Amino acid sequence: MSLLTITVFLPLAGGILLAFVRSSTVAGWINVGLSGLTLAASVALALGVLDSGAYAVPGFHLDAFNVYLVVLTALVGLTTGIFSRPYMAFIRLERGISAKRMRLYHSMYQGFMFTMLLALTTDNLGVLWVAVEGATLATVLLVSLYRTPESVEAAWKYFILCGVGIALALFGTVLVYFAAQHVLTDPAQGLIWTRLHQAAGRLDPAVMSIAFVFLLVGYGTKVGLVPLHNWLPDAHSEGPTPVSAVLSGLLLNVALYAVVRFKMLVDGSLAGTPKAAIAGHLMMGFGLLSFLVAGLFLHRQRDIKRLFSYSSIEHMGLMTFAFGIGGPLATFGALLHMLVHSLTKSAIFITVGHATHIAGTQAIDNIRGLIRTQPAVGWGLLIGVAAIAGFPPFGVFTSEFLLLSATMQSWPWLTVALLMGLAVAFAGLFRHLHPMVYSAAPDGQQAVRANMLPVALHLGLVLWLGLAVPPFLARWLDQATLLITGSRLL
Amino acid sequence: MSITQLSLLEQAVFVLAALVLFTSFALLGQARLLSTIHLFAWQGLALALVSSLVATATNEPHLYLSALLTLSLKALLIPWMLHRLVRRLELERHAEPLRHPVMVMLAGTALVIFSYWIVLPIERLELAATRNIIAISLAVILIGLLIMVMRRQAVIKVIGFMSMENGLFLAAVAATHGMPLVVELGVAFDVLIAAVLFGVFFFHISESIESLDVDRLNRLRARDKS
Repeated sequence: MSLLTITVFLPLAGGILLAFVRSSTVAGWINVGLSGLTLAASVALALGVLDSGAYAVPGFHLDAFNVYLVVLTALVGLTTGIFSRPYMAFIRLERGISAKRMRLYHSMYQGFMFTMLLALTTDNLGVLWVAVEGATLATVLLVSLYRTPESVEAAWKYFILCGVGIALALFGTVLVYFAAQHVLTDPAQGLIWTRLHQAAGRLDPAVMSIAFVFLLVGYGTKVGLVPLHNWLPDAHSEGPTPVSAVLSGLLLNVALYAVVRFKMLVDGSLAGTPKAAIAGHLMMGFGLLSFLVAGLFLHRQRDIKRLFSYSSIEHMGLMTFAFGIGGPLATFGALLHMLVHSLTKSAIFITVGHATHIAGTQAIDNIRGLIRTQPAVGWGLLIGVAAIAGFPPFGVFTSEFLLLSATMQSWPWLTVALLMGLAVAFAGLFRHLHPMVYSAAPDGQQAVRANMLPVALHLGLVLWLGLAVPPFLARWLDQATLLITGSRLL
Repeated sequence: MSITQLSLLEQAVFVLAALVLFTSFALLGQARLLSTIHLFAWQGLALALVSSLVATATNEPHLYLSALLTLSLKALLIPWMLHRLVRRLELERHAEPLRHPVMVMLAGTALVIFSYWIVLPIERLELAATRNIIAISLAVILIGLLIMVMRRQAVIKVIGFMSMENGLFLAAVAATHGMPLVVELGVAFDVLIAAVLFGVFFFHISESIESLDVDRLNRLRARDKS
């Protein structure tokens, strides 16, 4: 068995296994163990790919772009799994969740990891679609795990909106296949991304640009782009916190990954025509809109998890915008931003899980004095939010700085909009953060058992990336940039 | 390209595609829940016929398989599941008259015209022949979307969703002679799981708001406005 098979299919086997494990304590440990093995396999796989460049077996394709996301996915899967074990044990007692539903939770957690890894590694655009839709199906029952009216509503909205969006993406995929059939010698290979990329220049530009609109709207729904973002805050706030962490840290990335893969094909097909940059311009428009709107929405949130899900929309908008600009600098910055945003946001959601546990509520107005009650959680939240708001010396600052310079080079006037958006978002986060962390704690508020190791690990990595991007990672991201834009940055 | 230049089989495909579009309009206007489910089954049958006709016309045996898959899934299994759910939820007599029927029907027509407008830029000769079919399937997809927006009853919303899926299938079969088998099986699997999950949701929703009028699911909508 190759490392690739282990990385992708271990979570699938694990998901099936966990469906039969009755004890939820044991299942929690198995979940951690499986995620650890997946991470080990993915790291070994990534080292191999870095040595040899690209790696392909029939049906799968690995290059610098997706293999770094594979490692990131496996890492966040493991740390969230470590957090989820004691947290879900507590939730189970508090909310009285039946053993059957806990089995569903653990099984679907691994099932979700499987769909993410499959979507990243597959070479077939149809399988990519199946995997992204599978991710919705795996998580929709997790969002409604608590069975409160709110969580059922959130899950229903998530299901319907993402279902509709993803249906439009399939229509776009069919159109791409349609364009490919008249170009490739073997039409049956019309969905193999590597073949399409080689033949991109001959794909019919009219069909490809229509297809891209559908693909952007479809996968963009999953990225959480405004105006199709409605499901995102609901699903993040009503589902269990580990699910919010993986949705925000992984699912949004994978959806954006799909959009970028298609953009590479469309750019190849439209090169030399009058509308050569139309795909990039569409992405810039949607991205900037999401970035600005989500920044404003941060101010009026009353629920801590909704607050951070709007922050996810804001950052996904920024990345979409940067991939839309397209040059090597912007692409490098966007790749780095994907990495640091995932690490920081999942760390924040883990901390938020502990904070809501301490306060016994998700309402921002009732979460007070974290730093006095439990310094580790208070500091975790403070540092996490400082990092996500783009303070130096954290990695988010580095990537946002790169993105701003790239914008300054190619679209100078949009820098103003970006800076304003960053300031608005910064204010929106800190006006809520300050009382939650510093003010006096309510009487009787007690510290809880919290494992801050995953948070420390994530924030430590983000800090490291902010101080100095290690050479091997810079080379790695540079290879991905070369792949996406056709020229190197370094 | 004039339609008379096509072979009889291809012309039959066009007629059936038009029939699928027609059932979409019927779904849009039908008030009674059970009749809507039956119409959806008819749409699935028409799709299966399209698929088998294309299989005969192009001599691609794997399309027979997908025709069989469509027949069993879209024309038999899913309608049967919905039927059973409706009986268990005691909604057999449920009817929900369409609000503003004339406007909705006109909107449906406008969507068809819009779909034809979308595909206009496809000019290359070898692609232009299938332009019609792409426009029709896009119209089916958009009308499915319209059903989901206009109708309030959860079961009918799901039927709208599934009929969007039908439009996608029509595009895949008629314009590209079917997707590769692995993709088609994957999509069919996803649709099946989605149908099962929808069934689970009907019970959750009817438990939480004691009806399936999902417009009453509005606790979260107020969150951003307060």
